[in-house]
Amino acid sequence: MRAHLRLIVVIAGLALLALVPAIAAALNQPFYIDLLRRVMIFAIAALSLNLILGYGGMISFGHAAYLGIGAYAVAILSHHGIHNGFLQLAVAVGASAGIALVIGAVSIRTSGIYFIMITLAFTQMLYYLGISIEEYGGDDGMRLPRRSEFSDLVDLGNPVSFYYLVLGVLIAFLYLSHRLVNSRFGMVIRAAKSNEARTRAIGIAPYPYRLVAFVIAGAMCGVAGMLLVNHTNYLTPDFMHWTRSGEIMFMVILGGLGTIGGPVLGAFVLLLLEDLLSGWTQHWQIILGPLLVLAVLFAKRGLAGLLPGARRDD
Amino acid sequence: MNAILLVEQTLNGLQLGVMLFLLAAGLTLVFGIMNMVNLAHGSFYMVGAYLTVAAANWTGSYVAGVVLGLAGTLLVGIVVELVALRTLYERDHLDQVLATFGLILFFNELVAILWGRAALFASIPAFFSGHVEIVANLRYPLYRLVILGIGLAVALLLWYVVARTRLGMLIRAGASNRTMVAALGINIRLLYTLVFGFGAVLAGLAGLLAGPIYAVQPGMGELILIQVFVVIVIGGIGSIRGALVGALVVGMVDTMGRAFLKPVLGSIISPTAAEAAGPALASMLIYLLMAVVLALRPQGLFGARGN
Repeated sequence: MRAHLRLIVVIAGLALLALVPAIAAALNQPFYIDLLRRVMIFAIAALSLNLILGYGGMISFGHAAYLGIGAYAVAILSHHGIHNGFLQLAVAVGASAGIALVIGAVSIRTSGIYFIMITLAFTQMLYYLGISIEEYGGDDGMRLPRRSEFSDLVDLGNPVSFYYLVLGVLIAFLYLSHRLVNSRFGMVIRAAKSNEARTRAIGIAPYPYRLVAFVIAGAMCGVAGMLLVNHTNYLTPDFMHWTRSGEIMFMVILGGLGTIGGPVLGAFVLLLLEDLLSGWTQHWQIILGPLLVLAVLFAKRGLAGLLPGARRDD
Repeated sequence: MNAILLVEQTLNGLQLGVMLFLLAAGLTLVFGIMNMVNLAHGSFYMVGAYLTVAAANWTGSYVAGVVLGLAGTLLVGIVVELVALRTLYERDHLDQVLATFGLILFFNELVAILWGRAALFASIPAFFSGHVEIVANLRYPLYRLVILGIGLAVALLLWYVVARTRLGMLIRAGASNRTMVAALGINIRLLYTLVFGFGAVLAGLAGLLAGPIYAVQPGMGELILIQVFVVIVIGGIGSIRGALVGALVVGMVDTMGRAFLKPVLGSIISPTAAEAAGPALASMLIYLLMAVVLALRPQGLFGARGN
């Protein structure tokens, strides 16, 4: 019953999102398409972080790195005249997965605060690398020469079709994470989070499972990075800034750790709140900051815990 | 000529090192004793710098500015501990990271509202300005030497307090077993507040010293904070000796990397490639160092506790 109620909430939310372009057109407010597209791209990033943070218990403070890698992959290829979106996608996913493999292989050997710090350190390295490569814009970043081209399939220059592409990716990734966390693989990840000693005792070494989860999360976030650079039409090392990692992390916590839809909800609430506050005062961060503190102190299980169909037992 | 540059860069490295140490000491104490990750530690650095500049302008005296600035930072530190952080000690690191991340946003914006987003000018007091000729042909700014001296004096003082006084004994006991310390009738909450305020003052001191060298602006704390985290992770979380060694190592590696990596690379690979790779590698160097240390010795060089 609860599971059904939950599914209905998720489907209703996605249906509402599908109606946004029509509503925006009716209200003559194309700005909303742009805003919600950005929100959904960050929702994808938060979704991918949730796989390792919420289900795997790995507190990665460097998830923005993969956002940057995906974005750089697209922009660098485009800079050299390769605009084919499928090729760009392959490179973005391959590069994010490859770098996640390297970072994960070193980081997952540590735990606790050391894991937080080492993932942060790796992201800082990539951030400074991005800043110092003048060829691709350096500190200032550079304009994306042309948006990714998917032959006749979808035109990213058209805001509405780009919007539906992002929505489609979001839905696909929601489904993918659902299947993943409920598979045997997902069970091992969750078991290792809740009790590592017992997981070992039943004959499963968590390390390779964690590493694979880390790589999958990185690759998914790379896709978000690809969408993000197409959305902003501009590449900047700020995609990898550590405050960005913090923001993505906060979306996950705000929405609800270890719930499929939670990170999406968190992304919506955080980014729409930012938008609302910044429209109200330029000093919106002075309100947002204490709100974050309060949310951490008092909304332990995130917003998903307040929705109908939430589990009451844990 | 090259030897002079080497001496100068060594002094610069040491000076950055003691600056990092002032921040790392407080952070590592708070971590070692309260098991608390405080991202907002950099905010005290910023608050210290701003309050000192503001107080010095208001009173017209640098010394009064320093005293008021430090007192103000202490007050801010204690208020933050009492209002927000105290409840976080029992939470996991994730909650601590996020809540203190929120505090950073708050402090940066508060400072921007009070003093604007543009960098403030912090002047070097007249009695610290000028240069000293250390060796022939090397005139080094007196102010940077003063920073070095203050940093080393604080390190000595910290060693004395932690190793030789009753308060230090409690701090060490609290770091190894806080339940036991509380059971022995020590007011552990008061001890926590005290340690936290003390750490905030050290961060504020680093901030006010840094003011005339680096820019006093919103967000100045985060730039250095991440380096400080590298320091305490390399040195071993909770260890003051580790913080000192880590700070000096990071200060030297960072400074030397920026000064010499490009010419050294240039003699190995082509100069144009070194032109591009040098600065990138130099700014990544300390993070590489940290990754290597963690991979070889996960608890850091002087790790007081494991995870």
